Amino acid sequence: MTTVHGLIEAREMTFTGYSYALIDDMAKREIRRALLKAVAVPGHQIPFGSREMPIARGWGTGGLQVTLSLLGPGDVVKVIDQGDDAGVNASNLRRLVEQMTGLDTTGATSEASVIQSRHRIPDERLNERQILVLQVPNPEPLRAVERSVAQAALMHAEQDYARMWLALYEDVVRRGEVSRGAGYPVMVNHRYVMTPSPIPRWDVPKLHQADALYLFGAGREKRVYAVPPHTDVVPLAFEDYPFHVEHFDGHACASCGSTSSYLEASPTDDGGLRYRCSDTAYCERVREGKETVQW
Amino acid sequence: MYTAVRGGAVAIQHAEDLIEQEVHGAHDPIATRQVQAQLPLLLDQVMGEGSLYDPALGAVAVRQAAGDPMEAGFLLRAYRTTLPRLGYSVAASSRSMRVVRRISSAFRDIPGGQLLGLTRDYGQRLVDLRLLEDADAPGSHGAAQDDVLANGSSPADDSGADESPQFPLVIDFLRDEGMLAARPEQPSEDEPFDVTREPVRYPAPRSARLQILARGETGAMLGMSYAGMRGYGAGGHGTIAELRQGALPIEITHPVTGRPARIGWLPVTECHFVAGGEATLRSPRADYSMGYGVVTGRNERKAISMAQLDMGLKRGAGSGNLLDDQEFVLSHIEPVDAMGFVEHLKLPHYVTFQSSMQRSARLRALTNAARNQAHEAAGAHSH
Repeated sequence: MTTVHGLIEAREMTFTGYSYALIDDMAKREIRRALLKAVAVPGHQIPFGSREMPIARGWGTGGLQVTLSLLGPGDVVKVIDQGDDAGVNASNLRRLVEQMTGLDTTGATSEASVIQSRHRIPDERLNERQILVLQVPNPEPLRAVERSVAQAALMHAEQDYARMWLALYEDVVRRGEVSRGAGYPVMVNHRYVMTPSPIPRWDVPKLHQADALYLFGAGREKRVYAVPPHTDVVPLAFEDYPFHVEHFDGHACASCGSTSSYLEASPTDDGGLRYRCSDTAYCERVREGKETVQW
Repeated sequence: MYTAVRGGAVAIQHAEDLIEQEVHGAHDPIATRQVQAQLPLLLDQVMGEGSLYDPALGAVAVRQAAGDPMEAGFLLRAYRTTLPRLGYSVAASSRSMRVVRRISSAFRDIPGGQLLGLTRDYGQRLVDLRLLEDADAPGSHGAAQDDVLANGSSPADDSGADESPQFPLVIDFLRDEGMLAARPEQPSEDEPFDVTREPVRYPAPRSARLQILARGETGAMLGMSYAGMRGYGAGGHGTIAELRQGALPIEITHPVTGRPARIGWLPVTECHFVAGGEATLRSPRADYSMGYGVVTGRNERKAISMAQLDMGLKRGAGSGNLLDDQEFVLSHIEPVDAMGFVEHLKLPHYVTFQSSMQRSARLRALTNAARNQAHEAAGAHSH
């Protein structure tokens, strides 16, 4: 039988004095129970007793608590920040997961059982054996129209989204379209308005009727929520002002040539722009000529 | 004993003796140079809020205040009063900064490149238990930081400084693209408003706003900025186009030749915070605007908070939100005013309290009398 003691022994790390996967077992149980609730009520925010982590609040502590409470023997972990495995924050989180669990980590999307991400859903399609954990800065989609958490909870309970719709309408009047960039609000399972975390609109359709489980962790705001597999997730839009994803005017990735992935533009020394894949694992796979399964 | 009338002088003397014992009587006293070398971030915060960039004096203030940053900043502010204002420097541009750290949250690649430099951002906040045992052992005396940031000491070889690479600003790209309003041709004021010499009236000119923010208390600014990001102000989330640390060359107009002459280098942290949403269908213009933060020394938390608050003050004027209101923000981040007034509650208020107690007693007498009267009237009725 697997015991915590056995796991600590097996991780073969010098971090004596630290529990397996850092968080104490009672806290992990509490987080997992909150996650079960979240899966049972898709899109609904579940409060949990978010703990102080050895990284700063707002830098992924919610996602990290979700990830660490899920991990066990056999898991393979991938950590990305803005789609990039090598980013400093992703590297730091991955290092912590490795130190505290002794588990294998990977850059390959298809090899991972748990993927922790900030602001992106990978451009390679996720399958039914995978969990994507998204870091969430602000779990409350109604924040822009109602700053009180207590009031917003009441609006969710009564499914009163009138002010949200009004804000979208005002946006159309002022700017000619719903001008939300990342973190576009969605209706989950025809019941709750949810923020998908600040992923680009490009990634929003990947939430709808997906094979994988999406878990969202907001450490500072002490909330988790979920989109279970095969759930309807519909962006809020008007019939005459439909939802659009980002477009790149026909530009291709300067590294791999892809035109079907999310691209980031960066200024160059000569005052121009260079486009590159945000998902570096996907980009690498395309460059290596390997097959990729896209959404 | 807390006695205001008799024995006051003696009590004060005793308190001072206790301070003397705390500061000078320590078993293993730290030298001011150790404060400079080993508590540089505390020192930078104190000098910034104290509005006086002098590492030696700042270190003394830290020691004298037993590590209380506000008390130490207060000491510097009070010392500042003894100094004359000799003149203003020429406006310094961060294009000529000697950069030791430079990041952008807006673009992965930026001309000149990102430079992570010295930061604790990506470290793990695990208490390093080795320090328990090593506390007395001599550390490794590695040169951790470019001397330019080591408490503001001037670069040893001043001539070489001009050859260090200069980095273009990320906001220049946004301006070229027309996303951010162009730089004004002329600065809006010839000389900065000096809040230490003239009382501020609201609405305050921009130079006064920036000066007050730059002298503000780090914690108070952080709290307000955080609230602003959580929906209570117009500053919002925004994006850091660029955050840089380094040393700015400080020049004055030479009194004889009239040409700019460099008199030294000032370590600073600077933040360009941008957010879109300014333009509408009916008023097309640059969609992004910028909040600006700059503080002396290394204090990114404050520089970012400053830029975020500046954004709110610019963008939310008239919104009705307290955090977009100049008077509310600028008055209450002022450390000396805030700590002084809140802590004056410790002063004796015997006279005022007596006066208000009499009012309460009088009210109680009046309500009792009214109640008795009503009671008697009711009693008379029932008979």
